[in-house]
Amino acid sequence: MTYIAKPKFHHPGLKKNALGYTHRDYEGKISTLCAGCGHDSITASIIEACYELSIEPHRVAKISGIGCSSKTPDYFLGNSHGFNSVHGRMPSVLTGANLANRDLIYLGVSGDGDSASIGFGQFAHSIRRGVNMTYIVENNGVYGLTKGQFSATADRGSKSKKGVTNTDNAIDLVAIALQLGATFVARSFSGDKSQLVPLIAAAIGHKGASFIDVISPCIAFNNHAGSTKSFDYVREHNDAVNRLDVLVGRDPIAVDYAPGTVQVVEQHDGSKIALRKIDADYDPHDRLGAQTFLARHAAKGQIVTGLLYVDPDAEDLHEHLNTVETPLNTLEADTLCPGSAVLDKINASLR
Amino acid sequence: MKPTDIAAPDYFHKVVDCQWACPAHTPVPEYIRLIAQGRYSDAYMINWKSNVFPGILGRTCDRPCEPACRRGRVEDNPVAICRLKRVAADFKDDIRQRLPKPSPKNGKRVALVGGGPASLTVARDLAPLGYHCTVFDADPEAGGMMRTQIPKFRLPNSVIDEETGYILGLGVDFKGGHRIESMKSLLAEKYDAIFVGSGAPRGRELDIPGRKEAAANIHIGIEWLANVSFGHVDKIGKRVIVLGGGNTAMDCCRTARRLGGESVKVIVRSGFEEMKASPWEKEDAIHEDIPILNYMVPVAFKHVAGKLIGVTFQKVKAEYDAKGRRNLVPSGEPDETITCDDVLVAVGQENAFPWIEQDCGIEFDKWHMPKVDPKTFASTNPKVFFGGDAAFGPKNIIWAVAHGHDAALSIHKMLSGEDITERPLPEVQISSQKMGIHEWSYDNDISNDKRFKVPHRDKVVALKDIRAEVELGYDVKLALGEAERCLNCDVQTVFSTSLCIECDACADICPMDCITFTGNGEESDLRQRLKAPSAHPDQDLYVSSDLKTGRVMVKDEDVCLHCGLCAERCPTGAWDMQKYFIDMTHAGSTCPTKSRSAA
Repeated sequence: MTYIAKPKFHHPGLKKNALGYTHRDYEGKISTLCAGCGHDSITASIIEACYELSIEPHRVAKISGIGCSSKTPDYFLGNSHGFNSVHGRMPSVLTGANLANRDLIYLGVSGDGDSASIGFGQFAHSIRRGVNMTYIVENNGVYGLTKGQFSATADRGSKSKKGVTNTDNAIDLVAIALQLGATFVARSFSGDKSQLVPLIAAAIGHKGASFIDVISPCIAFNNHAGSTKSFDYVREHNDAVNRLDVLVGRDPIAVDYAPGTVQVVEQHDGSKIALRKIDADYDPHDRLGAQTFLARHAAKGQIVTGLLYVDPDAEDLHEHLNTVETPLNTLEADTLCPGSAVLDKINASLR
Repeated sequence: MKPTDIAAPDYFHKVVDCQWACPAHTPVPEYIRLIAQGRYSDAYMINWKSNVFPGILGRTCDRPCEPACRRGRVEDNPVAICRLKRVAADFKDDIRQRLPKPSPKNGKRVALVGGGPASLTVARDLAPLGYHCTVFDADPEAGGMMRTQIPKFRLPNSVIDEETGYILGLGVDFKGGHRIESMKSLLAEKYDAIFVGSGAPRGRELDIPGRKEAAANIHIGIEWLANVSFGHVDKIGKRVIVLGGGNTAMDCCRTARRLGGESVKVIVRSGFEEMKASPWEKEDAIHEDIPILNYMVPVAFKHVAGKLIGVTFQKVKAEYDAKGRRNLVPSGEPDETITCDDVLVAVGQENAFPWIEQDCGIEFDKWHMPKVDPKTFASTNPKVFFGGDAAFGPKNIIWAVAHGHDAALSIHKMLSGEDITERPLPEVQISSQKMGIHEWSYDNDISNDKRFKVPHRDKVVALKDIRAEVELGYDVKLALGEAERCLNCDVQTVFSTSLCIECDACADICPMDCITFTGNGEESDLRQRLKAPSAHPDQDLYVSSDLKTGRVMVKDEDVCLHCGLCAERCPTGAWDMQKYFIDMTHAGSTCPTKSRSAA
């Protein structure tokens, strides 16, 4: 880790977003992770996405569990709300916060240990319920804090730093998320910000459960020749189905790609995602197709990345529960407890 | 772009903006670090080797280093490099033991004309090598313009005595009060080499109506300053007009304030902003209640019965032609006459070589300047060299020192039977500063402090005594604070392509967004694709060879803080912080003979 604070000076020519902030204004404390950790690149990508979307930092709640990944919310959005919860319990804390105040942007940051092992059930249920959030898993395939044992996402047959072969089957969180009904599912790589930043931005704009699995090499314990989550391996086996080239606000999109190569997806907030297809046959609106595509490519040892599935008409937990538009935490006492006359009326209607 | 050749001595030298800008290439960050460590004597000796007059320059240098300082591109003000140099001089111990010892004479004799900074630098370089150096000066003491033209309230005699003394103590013969009247007879004395460092001793005249009639109260600036310096003049009228906008004008007006001038005005032809005087010297003058009036061209001296009563000025304004050149044209306002008792004319200096006969083998150009080789400082007479203001017209002390070093090298090579046009390469050292995992031999924690002000003597007290130094200099605490502002630009970011795994950690942590990983291209194209806009194309791009993904690493050197975070966050040691030290070639350096092409 680095001991000095990152200098306050910034490049004099840095651009400002609509709020007048530079990307430096979205930083947090200096990272205490190992030098070169993929998680730091994800941190930088979240910073970049929030800067580009001109998000007001105080409208964001970043919630995490335990692990290297779950330390990272300290390193971005220093002026946002944050909750570092119990191991694996990020999804339930996030769900509770979301129910209490539906107006905030929820960033759930977790790791493969936090989400695929101790918090696997929590992960499943928050996705299943359609909580409006951006759930990011910083997936390195090892338990870095305890010196690099295989995690539940480590591929069968991959080797540890000491040369031990993993004999357990891997959990593919993307496949599970698709199966559980997530309405925005993507996979990316910490070493490819040009793909990751627009994905995070699009996920934040999505209303519903957005899930992004980000392969993030562990420099200390999982970046060697036998690893399937190393920089070299991921770069060699990366099969991107599409790239998000343009993400704009409410302005009309002017894209000059050949017809049929760009697909425009309109989001709830009116923003649009322009998807440049790489695999012409891939349809990101086909959940079943996506699952098959994933399974087929996984069998070939390929890592499918890009926006894998999106349902532009998704609903979230609040719609399922038919809650009021006003965040619950701002409802006044007389609204929450309208008095005995109203109670009498309800009782009467049930008689 | 081709991969950057960091082995070329100039590449990293350019990154050390201050050192690159300094004519003598003083290793600025190196001595600033030594000051921060309290090693004032060491800091002084680095300066002494490079610029010869640290105490004098620490008070009077024109500081080309400061406008170049990277800190000035990162925040409002550069590091106070000049005043830190003074700190080294003020707080050093007795350094006489560290000076070169007078060495046995080698039998070669060198005559130096003029006892100013250029000649003394030549003597400093040549005397320790055994040359018998004789310095001639018309004034009784050494120092030249440093002693005669710079007021004592800026540069006390004690400092001049000390630093000229160090040089004369090397076994240099100083012949004071000895004006050289004829080059021919000097040549006849069979010196092995002659160096002319006689400065630009003549103040430019202002030939407008009334100049002759009112002559008694019109003084040429540098002559008047010299007279004040030697005590021949000790008063002036109550109302004084100083004509001219250079540093000499600033010295004149401030001196006048101390000799009885109650209402002293500086009046310049150009606009205030375009004045030649250094901004800090203008500030100091204004602080002493001296107004600076601009866009006024003197047209006549008014006089009654041979007595000056004022100066008439035409009002002008600046107009710019299509090429952006400025012309001063009459503004149409009526002329203005400003009353005064005395006028000081400080409108420039000129060279004058009445003592060099035409048949000495020294050719002059159409501006009556000697033809001097800008690299070797040799004239058309192979035995005669020029330097300082005498070579290329009025500049300042630090340029004279730089010329002196180069001329001394030429003289030494010539008298060793070598080709003087072949200039030896400087010696360059570069070494890692890594001490531990995240520990460096320099303080990489960037200070956020603003530039510290140098304490000044109370104005009322200062204006009463012409010898009371106005600037008091930094104390130890202020000096430490100011030294910490230095960005250590000589500790270079060195990149090894083969070690890089393209994890982006350096690009993510860099506080200044200097580092970009992208596809290669032409420089103009690459500059468009950097993470942060490239505002200064004169600042180099550091480009790696192709990385594994086919991209290259591009670092814009422009606003790098040299904080070393890229190296701290690099998991493979592809980045390292390495101190670059360049030792400029002086006479007698034992050095490779391969000649170098660039500055």
